[in-house]
Amino acid sequence: MNPRMLMATTARVLNQLRHDERSIALILVVPSVLLAVVYWLFENETLPPGVPHTFNRIGPIMLAIFPFVIMFLITSITMLRERTSGTLERLMTTPIHKADLLFGYGIAFAVMAALQSVVATGVAYWLFNLDIKGYGGLVVLVAVVNAVLGVSLGLFCSAFARTEFQAVQFMPVVVIPQILLCGLFVARDRMNDVFHAISDWMPLTYSVKALQEITANTDPTAEMWRDLWIMAGVLFGVLVLASLTLRRKSS
Amino acid sequence: MSRSPAHLAGLPSTSTGPSPAIESDGLVVRLRRTEVLHGIGFSVPEGRVTGLLGPSGSGKSTLMRTIMGVQRIASGTLSVLGRPAGTASLRPEIGYMTQNAAVYGDLTVLDNVRYFAALHGKSRAAAREAVDAVGLTGLERRKAVDLSGGQFSRVSLACALVGQPKLLVLDEPTVGLDPVLRVDLWERFRALADQGTTLLVSSHVMEEASRCDTLLLLREGLLVGQMTPDELRERGRSQDLEQAFLGIIQSGSSREESVA
Repeated sequence: MNPRMLMATTARVLNQLRHDERSIALILVVPSVLLAVVYWLFENETLPPGVPHTFNRIGPIMLAIFPFVIMFLITSITMLRERTSGTLERLMTTPIHKADLLFGYGIAFAVMAALQSVVATGVAYWLFNLDIKGYGGLVVLVAVVNAVLGVSLGLFCSAFARTEFQAVQFMPVVVIPQILLCGLFVARDRMNDVFHAISDWMPLTYSVKALQEITANTDPTAEMWRDLWIMAGVLFGVLVLASLTLRRKSS
Repeated sequence: MSRSPAHLAGLPSTSTGPSPAIESDGLVVRLRRTEVLHGIGFSVPEGRVTGLLGPSGSGKSTLMRTIMGVQRIASGTLSVLGRPAGTASLRPEIGYMTQNAAVYGDLTVLDNVRYFAALHGKSRAAAREAVDAVGLTGLERRKAVDLSGGQFSRVSLACALVGQPKLLVLDEPTVGLDPVLRVDLWERFRALADQGTTLLVSSHVMEEASRCDTLLLLREGLLVGQMTPDELRERGRSQDLEQAFLGIIQSGSSREESVA
């Protein structure tokens, strides 16, 4: 890795994003709007005494899902464009190392995820009174790890798409099962054994768990750190897979 | 042609100078399963403009991609600046302009060139120079996607120039350009060669062949021959290079390149 090429790539990806108002809005504004929708959906619910508000259950899960889904979508399309426009092949003829490219993307989108998380968490906490007992910085940390996970999955999946339409088709295959099984609709301990086992193998599950730990406990728990480490491990694995799809020579 | 290289007239067509910039022998390249280059051998002299000519589909782009090290070689040898094609140490020394301008449409002209400048360890000033060199002065802040086709491909050329490479491989750089710009670019190529840069320029416009020092004529993945424009006129028995090329193909009088 070369810091100059890494920073140049990060700056280039951020620069591309800066020229694209829609993506900026998708990253920074849409999560807050969706949080508002969920808040007002359950505004007038009547609950037995002692049962927490649905928004307090769903809010943290949404904070975990946003960075993952959005960064997956943006990265897979951006990377597919690199592949089809020929810029990727051109980059491969320059001194840039694959790691500079991968981490350049990772850092750029991690920065955006951090901004996104600060906005979304701030809106959830101050505007909608989401009950977050733990330290807000940890929420951002989980969001960033989650976003980079989305980035690396997006990089990986883009290798198997030829058009932008095909790239978007990975959403229902890769992303929606994770949303279904992460505990958003049914708590994991109430799933049947098969679904529970499958969700054990899905990275989004652990980010949701980590965020639930942060919102429920004042101090970071061992459980939360374990979930974060699992995410980091999956992230590393997917990054290695993604780097294998970046070949200098085509056969 | 006023700029025709008179100083080369006496040189033999194949081996010019002690160290060729590119040398290949029995080069076979397959794209997926299809064999595209069927064992070609040639040498590109250093510090000259070499034209790679042939009809579309003859394997020009594949040969260029192989030289740039992004296409696997099935058999044969290909050395670039004295090292096997694809060697990592070559990458700072070679510049490549792809056929479909490979630049970032959503970045400005200057940001595109600056990125490739940074990858080659060149300064921001170098990026500005490259933009000026391709005649895009005044359009630096324009998004590449908002440019005309000819301007867009010149952004791509600037990105190839900015690293100040020893070897420039340009895949149809003048396609879609108006005649004035085309002349301007060829003069720039000549100036680069005079400073010692080796250029390999592909084209399917035979008229452009007259501006090259030597020509590689490619047809259906075989090297029809390597010669100077004058030799082409002579062997093809026509002053018109297009006619001469057709003449060589039809008469079959050209020496087929040996498959080593």
